[in-house]
Amino acid sequence: MQYMMFVCTDSTAPAYDPAQDNIEEWAKEVYDGGVGVHGDRLRPAEDATTVKVRDGELRVSAGPFAETTEWIAGYDVIECADLDEAIEIASRHPMAKFGQIEIRPAWPLG
Amino acid sequence: MATRVADALARASAEETARIVSTVIRMTGDFALAEDCVQDAFAKALVDWPVNGIPVNPGAWLTTVAKNRAIDVLRRAATESRALRRVAAEPDEPEPDGREDAGLDPDDRLRLIFTCCHPALPMDARVALTLRTVAGLSPAQIGRAFLVTESTMEKRLVRARARIRNAGIPYRVPPAHRLPERRDGVLAVLYLLFTEGYSATGGDSLVRLPLIRESIRLARLLVELLPADAEARGLLALLLLQHARTAARTDANGDVVTLEHQDRSLWDRDAIGEALDILRTAPPDAGRYELQARIAACHATAPDAAHTDFARIASLYGRLAVITASPVVELNRAVAVAMFQGPDAGLDLVDAVAAGGALDGFYLLPATRADLLRRVGRRREASIEYERAWALAPSEAEKRYLRKRMDEMER
Repeated sequence: MQYMMFVCTDSTAPAYDPAQDNIEEWAKEVYDGGVGVHGDRLRPAEDATTVKVRDGELRVSAGPFAETTEWIAGYDVIECADLDEAIEIASRHPMAKFGQIEIRPAWPLG
Repeated sequence: MATRVADALARASAEETARIVSTVIRMTGDFALAEDCVQDAFAKALVDWPVNGIPVNPGAWLTTVAKNRAIDVLRRAATESRALRRVAAEPDEPEPDGREDAGLDPDDRLRLIFTCCHPALPMDARVALTLRTVAGLSPAQIGRAFLVTESTMEKRLVRARARIRNAGIPYRVPPAHRLPERRDGVLAVLYLLFTEGYSATGGDSLVRLPLIRESIRLARLLVELLPADAEARGLLALLLLQHARTAARTDANGDVVTLEHQDRSLWDRDAIGEALDILRTAPPDAGRYELQARIAACHATAPDAAHTDFARIASLYGRLAVITASPVVELNRAVAVAMFQGPDAGLDLVDAVAAGGALDGFYLLPATRADLLRRVGRRREASIEYERAWALAPSEAEKRYLRKRMDEMER
């Protein structure tokens, strides 16, 4: 199954500690092991652009579609046998300690 | 014959449903399909057994019928489906009337329990699925126990099964490094089932008895499946000890009888004996359920309230407080301390808990304070605290008890 990992902030999490940030190690394990499909950091929500078409008219606005206290800092698409495997991968991501990670199963068309 | 068939079916439903459903889930990977097929198998037995006789091994018969039904459904749905290939690859079940245990691996039931209690499911779904799939209760029975309609419970079960499928929750016993925390999750579901039945937070208490019975049966099953697990045994001991007091907990009017005033001859000595045997073999580094069981055992073995070893109870609560960091446990410790060091010592501890603020709005905080104030003769303050507790109490029986105390203080 394919899962999208949303790597998110969490204002209630412990402060970021660079000594515990093993993101390179994590990425190497996940992407060299063939579990990771694609992933990256994302620029902050203030750099987001929201696009809509209403009555045939294009509407573009600056900023995210929803104002929230937490934001998505990055993403990884992973290919796993099941949810438990995805949870294991997510639990080893450094942002599981300093933030939170939402795992959503992909819902393929057709 | 009709009664014998009905009896055999009822027994198979109670004892075999979990095994059969879990076997078919292992083969198909599909919860909803497995449960439907097992229901079909029971329906077929209702017709077949009165004519052809009750099979020597009803469980094996039902498993074979359910499995064949699953193959039929899958074949019709998609001949090339992955699930069908998996079923086809399964070794054949022995003859339905054979004496052999039809490949009903006890591990299947363990997989089923861990899947039903997966932390990625909402708690109400875990509870409903466990009762439906592991305990074999009908949606109507589960609905009655939780005071919702059968169709509401059906919908909850449908959503839960859909979530298992869509989120990719595996049908598996967790690996060793996750087992302790996942085991804790299972125990929490079983304990919730029990307390839901035991404390009857609403409605008629009679409909809750099946929950108590099922939670004890499931705890027993878990002990059987995880024989080396001390906390599973601790939970079973705890449930047995609490359940042993059921007959003495309310009087003829349905009013609450507190522990110190209970008629101890009404306590179930067999259940207490079984629990004490379990605790005798338990290792020394006790977890939260075992500590609670040991506290309950102190009460269960005391001849009366006055001769209870409250010093030991207070020390067990102290150890429990370290593990749980729970203010409710601190409150209970305060009560135990009051029993052997006097109400003033207890009051100091209760006031410290109250100052923490975590129990604001919890009726047992003012109720406990009121009892201790009454015992040191501060009747006016006690009366105010009883009234506060009365306003917060969750059930009519507790409200009546607190009202009685309030009236005594004003006399």
